[in-house]
This record gives sequence, structure tokens and C-alpha cells, in this order.
Amino acid sequence: MTTVISVPPSLDDQTFENVLEQLVPIPPDEKVLVDARHTRWSSPYGLTALLTLAQSRAERAAFTGPETEETASYWQRAGFYEHAEGLFEMHGHVPRPRGAAAESNVLLEITPVAKSDDVHDVVERIQAKAQAILVNELNLDPMATMRFAMTLSEVCQNIVEHAQTTGWVAVQTYRYRQRLGRRVVVIAVCDAGIGFRRSLESAQGRKLSDRWDDAMALEDAVIRGVSRFRDPGRGQGLAGVRRYVGKWEGKLSVRSGTARIAIVPSWDDDVALVENLSAFPGAQVQITIPERVAQR
Amino acid sequence: MKYHIDVSSVLRRTVCDLYSNLVTRSTGATVRKAIEEALAGLPEPNVTVIDFSHVTLLDFSCADEVVGKLLDAYQRKLHPQTYFLIRGVHAAHLEAIEAVLERYDLAVIVQDDAGSVQLAGTIDDGARQVWHLIRQHGTVWPQQVGEELGEPFERWTQALDELSARRLVIRRDDGIVALPQAS
Repeated sequence: MTTVISVPPSLDDQTFENVLEQLVPIPPDEKVLVDARHTRWSSPYGLTALLTLAQSRAERAAFTGPETEETASYWQRAGFYEHAEGLFEMHGHVPRPRGAAAESNVLLEITPVAKSDDVHDVVERIQAKAQAILVNELNLDPMATMRFAMTLSEVCQNIVEHAQTTGWVAVQTYRYRQRLGRRVVVIAVCDAGIGFRRSLESAQGRKLSDRWDDAMALEDAVIRGVSRFRDPGRGQGLAGVRRYVGKWEGKLSVRSGTARIAIVPSWDDDVALVENLSAFPGAQVQITIPERVAQR
Repeated sequence: MKYHIDVSSVLRRTVCDLYSNLVTRSTGATVRKAIEEALAGLPEPNVTVIDFSHVTLLDFSCADEVVGKLLDAYQRKLHPQTYFLIRGVHAAHLEAIEAVLERYDLAVIVQDDAGSVQLAGTIDDGARQVWHLIRQHGTVWPQQVGEELGEPFERWTQALDELSARRLVIRRDDGIVALPQAS
């Protein structure tokens, strides 16, 4: 029996929870069909999370992509189909590369990250394009571009250091009408690995409190800079990401297991900590940096 | 003697000859080990310039490996006669380096591309004040510190000892010398 999982018309970090709610009752070894025919838009988080979903299934999941040509074509240019074909059993039309001009909103196509060299590759590729877009279109300070790449490097390294599996990264810009009415640049990094709780549990000699759960693991890692390594220099990566996000009025959200923690800027009304979400393996990170506007 | 280590050259020689970014912990560990091998062959005392001029990007994890662990080992434990000067540092490099210095409770002299020198890291105000004086003169006698700062020399003994113990100045027969001037 195959269960159909409907992907919402607009897929982002919030609406992906609807996908997971449908997925939770289905054992990993049962067939699912991820139906994105009616999806019109996806954030980079949505696209990378779909790939992660496929990795989380013991029985290879089936997939049908967006019916609208514009959406399917965008997902193709963002690199989704290139990787989806290796993870899903593809149904329906699969758009092919046409040799068209690169998508200007895509700063980094969906890219697999498994080892240190992948992070080098991501950072090398992002720099030239990020400089032009962040400075000219999002009005960020030129030095912010350098720190943007540092941030990207650190969140990708979480996969290399902790996930124990291949993860995905994508960077795009778009106009965030829903909450902000401004352009944003968004980094999405998703993996289906062991997640923060299990990673921290693997630390030797670590004492776990009675209330130890995914939420507490996220608080430890994201807020307090705790790492599974005893080395005093560990845990600085996410601390650096937090500083960067704070400086540029950005938003950081990290989902792992059944919880999600967020550093929420004034322009957003998200809650800082959400518990009892649908269980999903690994860690899913999203960083949103908004366009700078002149102070009045 | 003063020695020079170009971090970018070490990166290209030990990790990949196409890389100009110092990112990831494993890359940082490889580069640090290569620097440590180079340092092991140097006579002491020495001032070693760790030059980041040709490094485009330095992330926090790499800064921890290349700067944090290196300085922690050499300044605190192993080699009391090795002095470090970090050169070619731009603002984003400095942010990563300062975060690391704070974490390890370290301080180091850094110099930007224009040659401007500053004392980065965690150090108390008194020691910082004395360092600025030594930096200004290049070389001072201990008594001179008291004379110039307007209080008895004994008031500054602890600060001088701290600067010396943390390898931020060099005590020599001809006085106390600031690192950029040492040769």
C-alpha cells in the first residue's frame, strides 16, 4: 500500500510541518508518494527538506513534482531534480536542464555536503555571486559578505561534524512578502542524520538531566554553545552564526527531532522554542538575512 | 630572530593548491600541524609572523584550530621562547580570531594589511596600557614605564610580568621590546 503525502501549495519551514504530520504515522518501511503537483512555490528549506525526507525512508519514496511549468523549471534550476532523481522514485514529468541562463535568485544550487572538501567547494562558489547580490541588492555592508560565507561554512560543518550522513545546502534570495515586504537571502541546511540530542548524548561522561529531550539539546547547542567534544574551542561555530544573525537583524531557526529553536528578530512573530513537533531525523537549519533599508 | 609563515602557502601545500579560504576544522587542524612542524625546527628565542594576508576567509572553526590551539599550546605550555605576531588580518579575520582568543583567555599582537598594530584578546586594562607605551617607544626600561605613566614603577610590575609571561613583549638585556620592533 502506498500512502500519498500532500505537499502544500507554498512550502517553507512552517508548512513543511504539515508534510511531517502526514508522514509520522507511516512506518519508514512503508511506501509513500510525495505529491507536490499542486505546489506553486518552495523556499530553499522546503526543497532541501524534501530531499532529507527521502533519505529518512527505508522504502524508497515516490515523488511527483509541481504541475506548473514555471515552478518545475525553477526547482530544476535550483538543483532539486538533479538530486531528487537519486533519492526518489520519480513519477510524472521530470524537467531537464535546458542550458538556459542560471537563475539569478539562486546563489547556491542545492549542494550535497558530506565532507570537509564539500564545505570548501560551497564557500568558493558562493563568494563571487554573494558579493554582488548582498551588496547591490540587499544593501549589506561589503564585509557582511565575508561573514555571510563564514556563517555558511559553519552551518555546513555541522553536517560534517555531527550528522554522520550526507546533508544538503541551498542559498537563495527572494522577496519575503508575508512578514517583511523586503528581499531576503536565505540559507537552508538540512540533514537526516543523528540530530542534536543524539550527538550531545555521545559526549563521554555527559550527565543527562531528567528533562533531557530534543528541546534541551537544542538549547544547549544553539544558545549555550555546548558540543559533544570536550575541547574548549568547540561550539564556537553556532555562536558565530548567532552573532552574525543578531548583527544583521536576521533569523536563525534550528529544528531537530521533535523541537525547533529560533533566534527571532523584531520583524518576525515566531516563537523561540517549539516542542512536541512531529519526529523527524537529523537537523534542519534556516538562516534569513533581510535587505537593509535606510533608517528614518 | 624573526621568521615568517605564510598561512595561505601552507594551506595550498598541505590541503589543496586551489584553496584560498581557511574553512573547516579538519583543514585548520592540517594547517596547524604543518605550522607546528615548521616551528619545531626554529631556534629560540624567535618571533614568528603568522601571515594571513593571502587568506580570503577564515571561519570560526579554522580560527580555533590555527590560532586558538596553536597559541594555547605555545604560549601556555610548550615553548616559552616562541613569540607570535599575527599579520595580514582584516576585519572579518579579526572577528573570528577575537572570538577564539576570548574562549581560550589568550591575547596576541595582530597587524592589518596597512601595518596598523593592535593587542587583541583578553588582557586587563593595566597591562594593555603598559603595552601601548612599549609599542609607542619600541623599547623601554622598566623604570621608564613608571615615569611615563606617572606612578611608581612597582605599580606596573604585575602588568609587565603579565605581558612578558603571555609573550606579548620580550624582556632583553637592552630593555623590554615590543614585538613588531623585535628582530
